[in-house]
Amino acid sequence: MNMDPNNVKVILATDCGSTTSKARFFKKIGNEYRYVTSGEAPTTVEAPYEDVTLGVRNAVREVEELTGHKLLSPEGIITPSRGEDEGVDLYITTSSAGGGLQMQVAGIIRTMTAESAERAALGAGAIVMDVLAIDDGREPWEKIERMRFLRPDMILLAGGVDGGSVSHIVELAEFIKAASPRHRLGAMYEIPIVYAGNKYARPQIEELLGKQFALQVVDNIRPTLEVENPEPARSAVHQLFMEHVMSHAPGYDNLMKWTPVPIMPTPAGEGAMFRTFAQDQKANLIGVGLGGATTNVYSHYDNKFVRSVSANLGMSYSICNVLKETGLENIMRWIPFKIDRADVRDRLRNKMIRPTTIPQTLKQLIVEHAVAREALRLGLEHHKLIARPLLGAKRDQSIEERLGSQIRTGTYIDMTKVEWVGGTGGLLSHAPRRVQSMLNLIDGFGVEGVTKLFQDSVFMIPHLGVLSTVHREAALDIFEKDCLIRLGTCLAFSGKLTANDYGKDVASLKINLPDGEVLKKQIEYGTIHKIELEEGKTADIEGRVSSPFSLSLKGGNERRFNITVEGGVVGVLIDARGRPVDLPEDDDARRMKLREWFNNLEAYPESILEDD
Amino acid sequence: MAMAYTPGLKRKEETYITRARKLPIAGDVLVKKGDKVSYDSEVAMTSLPGKVNVLNLAVILQLESSAGVHEEKRKDLGLSNYMLKEVGDKCEAGEVIAQRKTFFGLFQRECRVPCEGSIEYISEVTGQCLLREPSIPLTLDAYIPGTVKEVLPNEGVVIETPAAYMQGIFGIGGETHGELKIVSKSEDEELTEDQITEELAGKIIVGGSIIEYPTIKKAVEYGVKGILVGGIRDADLSSFLGYNIGVAITGEEKMGLTLILTEGFGKMAMAKKTLEFLKKFEGKLTCINGATQIRAGVIRPEIIIPMEEDSGDIVEDEELHLEGLRPGLPVRVIGPPYFGAIGHIVGLPVELQTVETESQVRVLEAELEDGRRVIVPRANVEMIEE
Repeated sequence: MNMDPNNVKVILATDCGSTTSKARFFKKIGNEYRYVTSGEAPTTVEAPYEDVTLGVRNAVREVEELTGHKLLSPEGIITPSRGEDEGVDLYITTSSAGGGLQMQVAGIIRTMTAESAERAALGAGAIVMDVLAIDDGREPWEKIERMRFLRPDMILLAGGVDGGSVSHIVELAEFIKAASPRHRLGAMYEIPIVYAGNKYARPQIEELLGKQFALQVVDNIRPTLEVENPEPARSAVHQLFMEHVMSHAPGYDNLMKWTPVPIMPTPAGEGAMFRTFAQDQKANLIGVGLGGATTNVYSHYDNKFVRSVSANLGMSYSICNVLKETGLENIMRWIPFKIDRADVRDRLRNKMIRPTTIPQTLKQLIVEHAVAREALRLGLEHHKLIARPLLGAKRDQSIEERLGSQIRTGTYIDMTKVEWVGGTGGLLSHAPRRVQSMLNLIDGFGVEGVTKLFQDSVFMIPHLGVLSTVHREAALDIFEKDCLIRLGTCLAFSGKLTANDYGKDVASLKINLPDGEVLKKQIEYGTIHKIELEEGKTADIEGRVSSPFSLSLKGGNERRFNITVEGGVVGVLIDARGRPVDLPEDDDARRMKLREWFNNLEAYPESILEDD
Repeated sequence: MAMAYTPGLKRKEETYITRARKLPIAGDVLVKKGDKVSYDSEVAMTSLPGKVNVLNLAVILQLESSAGVHEEKRKDLGLSNYMLKEVGDKCEAGEVIAQRKTFFGLFQRECRVPCEGSIEYISEVTGQCLLREPSIPLTLDAYIPGTVKEVLPNEGVVIETPAAYMQGIFGIGGETHGELKIVSKSEDEELTEDQITEELAGKIIVGGSIIEYPTIKKAVEYGVKGILVGGIRDADLSSFLGYNIGVAITGEEKMGLTLILTEGFGKMAMAKKTLEFLKKFEGKLTCINGATQIRAGVIRPEIIIPMEEDSGDIVEDEELHLEGLRPGLPVRVIGPPYFGAIGHIVGLPVELQTVETESQVRVLEAELEDGRRVIVPRANVEMIEE
């Protein structure tokens, strides 16, 4: 897109979500870009409307009403701007309406090329419906039946290093040809296939699949075992998403004409912003979009960016799948009052069948926060399964690996080396007290070491992500000043004893606050404390940690440390509850302990924390 | 947000119901526009492609495989020298389709097909042969009695009927039919095991506030076709299904009957008006479908009671949800602490209000049936559409 960033003064961004279309309006005020206001309206992709632009217009109209700035014309969004109060210089949008981008991926070996294909599809913002591999454990007819049953928007076929085996990749193509999966939108549409495998197999792949599918051939995703090259496949997925998926969805042909920037899948926008921020901070970051239907986890770790999506972990539509995956016990453990197990199950089912309801009572809120912790925990577990080193690649082994002769197949993510954790999504944004979202993120992700936490203010991370692809400066400006709510810093000690050891010494701290006050604190096992420290302020903490605990800093585990921490709307949390968090097995003791933690942090009104 | 409320479940005593009956793949339509059909009339048919069997001829015939060989050195397997059948040929179960003789015919290897089918593809690269089993005939019934309003060539038909219609909130099991029978006398009565008798075989039965697992089990044993009830505990539903539902996409369950909840999970009295509505149609043929999907493109379970004749004075009113909330409208509360309570709107304050959670939300004031006036988030009510 040809655009002079200096001429961009007024920006409108929308996100067409599966239930709500959200408009965000930004302006350049002085030398900086700022968020002005929002408008929201139900998405209109489904019957009876079947035109996405109606919902977008309704959301934008709300912005017009709130600002007096004219944005809409019969043709669409007014661009470029005319004078002070009419039109915009840039209109951009993301979309996940109608279920987003759903893909099938295939590769020869499940843990090698199939995994690379999965990472590329996820990175492009897709939901991966199935991973097909020669060694996936299914019989050939089972693979074919599965493909026939699914209705993907697109297939990504990878496999084989350049110059390697041809027959296996041809075998996969034969399965796809035999299954002949149908397009989600009907038999008249061709399913696009991106081929990103062994370049020597291209003639056979073209012969097999070229007539039946909309085939696009790109560079190999894994040209050698040591190299993963996802960008050509990722950009082909984006291009085909626009040409073959978006253009068939109701009203998108018009919406595509309104914007000069390709429509991005919502998770791709979300990921782009988390990545841009992490790059700007030169820091390791874990971000999460905790939605009603899905949980997207993003990591920018040692300059590697990975996205995962847990398609059926969410806080409304998919709330019962969290229950199913984690089990009732794991949800119950976070609830500080007596409640019947059957009641919790029924509450979650009722949320599932009426997903747009919101908690009115504190009990309901706390039950939902308990589920959120588990959704985050499971989402990060899923993420770690694909955030791992390339299997099959020759690499330099660490001393520990050599000594232990171990093969490292697990994740490379070490929570103690994650400097930022951020979240977006309804539950986090709407938490009545910010400390609730901070605690959900800490408990769900098992934050460890020294970590800064933030959340989205009014759900605009996807909007800013797509903006960052064409105007990085504006996106970062708005992100820092209006989107990012700095919750504060968490100091979480590594190490674990048992619940019987509550009260034992973990650390002695001397906290030098910015107003000159000095706090001395003896930190005991099984406690969590809050220190008030405003956003923009810092405090110096000197500490001595008792064995077997340590505070993991970037350079390694420390027993003596001297660090500077940043404040936030919550402050600084000193967490000595053990990792993973240690909860008493006895039910009464567990509830008492939770109440103590929540009271210390003023997480909820005290009244609710008493048993009836 | 301009329209922060949940459109209610529909309930209409007289309306026109149209249902598109579409084949999964192209086929033949068996009826024509204007035809009268019964719920079990066959309206369209097609043949679903058969299962694909993969036969690895390279392995069976012991040909030198080129798997793992660099493309430049790879040779074709020369399968055509051994094939007795070609692509497109039909074969019977046990028939030999390929044969290889070695050592001047002393040794013989052959490939027999495991089932009847036709050869779809033979690969010289992988040595695979794809054998497609015969297609499977599929017929589609009308589901509701009525008139064929439209024929969708090669795809299906649209059937229309005048009917009474209501939606449930959640269901399991697919389309079924039966005579409507009211079992529970009041909306808060539990549907119990002792109420399930042999006379209920083939019927769609209506219970009050809750049904438990032993009662559903007995209903299946006695041949009950469908159950409409206020609520069920999640634990009982899981016991019945044998698994926990993760995401609410249902309708494919084959449990012996279709279950539709009108209110939700837990013990929940069926809305008084819903029970009164159903009582009016006791003894009538009722078509139900438990299919539920609570994601993009919401599908709720449905209860259709077709009329024998069109009264001629059915007036289709405008969709209520387009009007939005206004004082006087009947609503049902769909979240704690007033879950299930029925009332009507008495106030719509513009300002955000703080609720017990400390959240600031848009609320409405409702007067409940018992006379209480309560404040409820607008997101936690659904309109009662009738």
